[in-house]
Amino acid sequence: MDILVCIKQVPGTNEVKIDPVTGVLNRNGVDSKMNPYDLYALETALRLKEKHGGKVSVISMGPPQAQAIIREAYAMGADEGALVSDRKFGGADVLATSYTLSQGIKKFGKFDLILCGKQTTDGDTAQVGPEIAEYLNIPSVCNVSKFTEVMTDSVSVAMDMPHDVEIVQVQFPCLLTVEKDIFQPRLPSYIKKTATKEQTVQMYCLQDFDDKDEKKYGLSGSPTQVQRIFPPTSDKKRELWVESGTVLADKMFEKISELKFIQ
Amino acid sequence: MAKLVVHQEKISDLQELLKICPFGAMEEKGGKIEINAACKMCQLCVKKGPKGAVEYVADEVQAIDKSQWQGVAVYVDHVAGVIHPVTYELLGKAKELAAKINQPVYAVFMGKSIAAGSHELLHYGADKVYVYDDPALEYFKIEAYTAVFENFIDKVKPAAILVGATTVGRQLAPRTAARFRTGLTADCTVLDMRENTDLVQIRPAFGGNIMAQILTPNTRPQMATVRYKVMQAPKRQAEETGEIVSCAIEPEKLQCRVEVLSVVPKEKEKTIDSAEVLVVAGRGVKKAEDLAMVQELADLLGGQVASTRPIVEAGWLDAKHQVGLSGRTVRPKLVITCGVSGAVQFVAGMNHSDVIISINKDPKATIFQVANYGLVGDIYEIVPKMIEKIKAAKGVSA
Repeated sequence: MDILVCIKQVPGTNEVKIDPVTGVLNRNGVDSKMNPYDLYALETALRLKEKHGGKVSVISMGPPQAQAIIREAYAMGADEGALVSDRKFGGADVLATSYTLSQGIKKFGKFDLILCGKQTTDGDTAQVGPEIAEYLNIPSVCNVSKFTEVMTDSVSVAMDMPHDVEIVQVQFPCLLTVEKDIFQPRLPSYIKKTATKEQTVQMYCLQDFDDKDEKKYGLSGSPTQVQRIFPPTSDKKRELWVESGTVLADKMFEKISELKFIQ
Repeated sequence: MAKLVVHQEKISDLQELLKICPFGAMEEKGGKIEINAACKMCQLCVKKGPKGAVEYVADEVQAIDKSQWQGVAVYVDHVAGVIHPVTYELLGKAKELAAKINQPVYAVFMGKSIAAGSHELLHYGADKVYVYDDPALEYFKIEAYTAVFENFIDKVKPAAILVGATTVGRQLAPRTAARFRTGLTADCTVLDMRENTDLVQIRPAFGGNIMAQILTPNTRPQMATVRYKVMQAPKRQAEETGEIVSCAIEPEKLQCRVEVLSVVPKEKEKTIDSAEVLVVAGRGVKKAEDLAMVQELADLLGGQVASTRPIVEAGWLDAKHQVGLSGRTVRPKLVITCGVSGAVQFVAGMNHSDVIISINKDPKATIFQVANYGLVGDIYEIVPKMIEKIKAAKGVSA
């Protein structure tokens, strides 16, 4: 089984603030890491390979520095990796990102199964997976919490719904997004890290794609536009009580009683 | 294609310009500034850099005819015909938005044996309910449902579509948006409508303390997902208004490469979404064992324990207790936060609660910006005292 895992490099911290005077976005620290939800997808792929054989590849989109997470995937056991990187992809929204990745995937190879994490920690949209599936014209199932059966041409998985679990069979090729905790992700191995030191990362830019129409990528290919960013405001009335612990407990008790939550 | 052009001669201080980019997308190479693939085209360098140093060259865009797209549509979220309440909240919002541009409200309802239930939607202000009732639509299957959605959009051409950010909505909306190559904004918290039918979408962004206002200015339909309990549900009207439109689609379009083998009901458990009182544990809770006092307070108030992301990531509580953008959105009557700092992703999941009481040692904690009653103090002192007092009060009254 040939499995591809889509991974993303995200900021190591979510501490992002706007300077109220200049309106400039401050990103504290340049630390970055693999999106934590992608680790579950990668772990799922590695377990499937260990049990059923095949190959695990990873793909990402981002600046050249994002090669770091592909190397991390190698150290966890991935066999091959590709990075889709071009200045022309800058400013891509969900749609342009999904399209760019789908073009990269077509170039990278043929896969039975494409796995994604449930969402990223920086964008939080959970939309890229289903959109890639549309562009590749393959079926998709989200919120996968379990693999129940793996066959030569399909898989059966549990899709986690609010009130029930649906067991669905999906034909290959297909795209699945997996829930957190489907498997406990392994740590990168030092031995693998050393062994894959020389291993290359396949790089793709716009010129490598089948569709080279610049209008479909980056800011130009993005139907959504961020008009402005601003710090969240709160218009609720509020009281701040600065007292000793005893007084605070008294006041809180009175307030909760007054609101009729203690009967 | 839109691009940034660097005019090196207008840069006096390279380092100053480099610092402006929040994404580290500017590099100095041989005394010249280059923009790399980390660029997000935020154009801060254009606005904040030396005048004229970085120039934004826009695309020539062919404007679409927006008058061809009319009305605000709502996807009717349901499981086996039972309509999810987020649908009514969205119908209420859609009515408000549509009124601003004097256009109709539509609902699109797809499933099996749903014709009878579709009348309920006419009590919530839908002008037209498009019903696709087909045995092949019994279960949610991405390909079939997207095909129906496509059929609806081609037929009705709505200016905007609102979809509940449910398990189904979060799969169906992006796939449909990709098919129409249009914009989809996830988890909007505020929606407004401009006269030119542009939908103003506001959502928390960058996973940080930032809100983003997003437009889909030149594609239609504009799509947005909204979480349950973010918008207010309108009152059910006694009279039905509007009409039901029965629709059909060619059977071959409903063929899928996905098959539902079985549906296993989950054990009914009390979820934090339905609790009237929530006591939330934050990072101020130092050890897993200390959750016991939070639990005790919740029990005494007839409520449930919830938490922020770090508590779940530490493995102290199951993910279903997590409040926030990557957890649940809650709207209880009372929420008490214990040692929660108030990151925007958390706040977005609970700021519509009726009453918010927050305990935190740090008087500058952002949670105090949303708390109705902020207690600057130590949870290890206040919570046990509260437990004592409630127990005493109950003892007296019993």
